[in-house]
Amino acid sequence: MKIWAMLTSRRPDEFMPVAHPAQERYVIAPAAKVVRTFAVAASEAGVRCGLGRIRAFLFAAGLSDETCGTAEIILAEALNNVAEHAYAGRDAGSPNDIEVMITLDGTTAAIKITDSGAPLPGLRPPEGHPPPLEGSGAGLPEGGFGWFLIRSLTTRLSYMRQDNRNMLKLSIDAPAARLTAPH
Amino acid sequence: MELTSKYQGAYHVITVNAERIDAAAAIAFKEALRSATAGGMDRVLLNLEQVRFIDSSGLGAIVAALKLVGPDRQLDLACLTPGVEKVFRLTRMNSIFQIYEDLGDADLAQAG
Repeated sequence: MKIWAMLTSRRPDEFMPVAHPAQERYVIAPAAKVVRTFAVAASEAGVRCGLGRIRAFLFAAGLSDETCGTAEIILAEALNNVAEHAYAGRDAGSPNDIEVMITLDGTTAAIKITDSGAPLPGLRPPEGHPPPLEGSGAGLPEGGFGWFLIRSLTTRLSYMRQDNRNMLKLSIDAPAARLTAPH
Repeated sequence: MELTSKYQGAYHVITVNAERIDAAAAIAFKEALRSATAGGMDRVLLNLEQVRFIDSSGLGAIVAALKLVGPDRQLDLACLTPGVEKVFRLTRMNSIFQIYEDLGDADLAQAG
């Protein structure tokens, strides 16, 4: 079973079954995916609550504490942006403002965030350059780190505006020796 | 947000009794820290051992606290958990603050 665990991060067609010795023959398990959708209210309290549910799910699915932490930072920044900017001045706070869909395949966590708020300015996600740390006191930045953190911690990022909805897709490395679908 | 204060050597040690300094907590945290540090002349050591999670709003609140204590006083940090340390490292804020692994290290640094 250890071998199975090591191989799940590779495509099944990369491997030929090992024929010897006969007793140690193994089969490649099909790549199982775990998919879960969460509804999050577009408020600071709603985001905090959603992050708690998502982190519990990721941990129960078999991801490491570190990966769960990385996912939580990215999601905190992305969801707080939606609550603070996309829904600014709008009627928000319903449990279904934001939908977060997470797909785990044992290698990657693919995250899709959909909301009905205002589009991102320029219809593109910010570059996320880190604000310069100049001086040691009054000039230090107190914000502007959100997109920088998102971009630093994701392996893929794309944004689409469709049917008056925002769709942000993010991927992070999320290796799991064995995925389980939590109840 | 609940903070507890104690004095350890020349340090005013402020412990954050919360698991999160996030967007929902940032304003209350900033206010609580402002009260806790107001008027003092001593060095402040912010003990973050209970804080498991910080986001960019929480980070901004700690930077705001650094500005609040002013240029003549020090605000150091201690006991960063892995999740908190990661955010400080990525944003390079670990180069702005003096960070101690535990409260005893801060004492030693001071004695030395």
